Amino acid sequence: MIEIAHLTKTFRKFKALDDISLHFEPGQTISLLGPNGSGKTTLIKSILGLMIPEKGTIRINGNEVKDHWEYRSQIGYMPQIGRYPENMTIRQVIKMLKEIRKDCNRYDEELIEGFNIPAVHHKTMRSLSGGTRQKISACLSFLFSPDILILDEPTAGLDPVSSELLKDKIVKERANGKLILITSHVLSDLDDITTHIVYLQDGKLMCFKTVEELKKSTGQEKLNKIVAAIMQKNYREEYLLHENNY
Amino acid sequence: MKTIIKYVLLDLLKNKTILVYTLILAAITISVSGIGDNASKALLSLLNITLLFVPIISILFSTIYFFNSVEFTELLLAQPIKRKTMLLAEYAGIAIALTIAYLVGVGVPICIFYYNLAAVTLIISGLFLTLIFSALALLIFVLFKDKTKGIGAAIITALFFILLFDGLLLSFIYSFSDYPIEKPLLGLISLNPVDLARILVLLQLDAAVMMGYSGALFKKFMGSAMGSIYTLVCMLCWTIIPLITAARIFKKKDI
Repeated sequence: MIEIAHLTKTFRKFKALDDISLHFEPGQTISLLGPNGSGKTTLIKSILGLMIPEKGTIRINGNEVKDHWEYRSQIGYMPQIGRYPENMTIRQVIKMLKEIRKDCNRYDEELIEGFNIPAVHHKTMRSLSGGTRQKISACLSFLFSPDILILDEPTAGLDPVSSELLKDKIVKERANGKLILITSHVLSDLDDITTHIVYLQDGKLMCFKTVEELKKSTGQEKLNKIVAAIMQKNYREEYLLHENNY
Repeated sequence: MKTIIKYVLLDLLKNKTILVYTLILAAITISVSGIGDNASKALLSLLNITLLFVPIISILFSTIYFFNSVEFTELLLAQPIKRKTMLLAEYAGIAIALTIAYLVGVGVPICIFYYNLAAVTLIISGLFLTLIFSALALLIFVLFKDKTKGIGAAIITALFFILLFDGLLLSFIYSFSDYPIEKPLLGLISLNPVDLARILVLLQLDAAVMMGYSGALFKKFMGSAMGSIYTLVCMLCWTIIPLITAARIFKKKDI
């Protein structure tokens, strides 16, 4: 569904993405993991066409991202920071997106109901707390029932109840055969929902494996232990590499 | 496109800065109009106020608004919309909001007090200044990644056209006063939208000769009609060229 080949992106001298090749299929939930500044958001933004890579191609259902824009109707995106025009009310924001997406007339309003958004419909975006804005972003990304969902730090700032609700929704959508990409630093949130793990470090792809494989190879059950094991392995390899240099 | 314009407008018309801008313009216009009974004097004062306020408010407000809505722009661009459509729609929303503010603040009172050709040209030049300086703000937004730098650039651009340009022009006239520089001077004036707006109004006010070298030149070389058409065309270029450039650069910008 998403094919990424030899994707490279540099900012001045800094390599944000270095020759990344990946292949994602429907029904997968992929966790994009890595330390801060490892290129997760850059990768997501490249898929969305918000950043323009200098090398490599990204294809979504066979269409190259670079010269198409219609493909974005199949993607629901939840940004890391959701900021909206200050004086708009929640109702207006939702209505505006519905009007922009005239191609879609069946709405998935499960999250809107779940988060009880209609109760605060009249509030302006300026007066909302960070968590509520996060909820709006989540609702908007699921609203047009897209085939691909890209969620950048979805659970950061959400209260436990909402966070659980969102996770349930993610599991449900995956069961419907959708492809879901998540980045998060709260690994315990990803535990039950991930099927695959992509680990990036300094713009390089360190590992792309299923959770099952990783559980076997590392002998760990919990995601945070698994990730710790990957990080340690990388660290050891780097260490050895340095030693060889001397 | 229409949808985005509509909602940007809905947001902006509730914006406090726009409301205050409208009120201040209205207050100034009404008080200046009330002072004397000489229409052309009042229009001259209003012209000076327009030339000073409109560019700097338009460019600063638009730049800040564009930079503040970066995340929202990002969200909209994740929808199936062309980048160009998105950018121009956002520009149109801001430009329309500022235009309405100017029309309500200056246009309506002027038309009530003195309805003549000079008043209408004053309104037209104010509108063009609004369009031009918000287009320049769009260009600044596209060129800079950092908000602080962008606002700095906006202030410098506005000051350059309002103050600095005339100084440079004067020094140019002084240093080349032995040569026939009238025609090159006309060309140079077209490089400053604020000067163009000034000339457009002065040509209608019969005060062109009073207001210095450039006004007299325009009157002498082109006559009122040709001069007006020329300035209007120049101002139209000043609106369109920054917009096209901004759309081109935005196509390849990382957000």
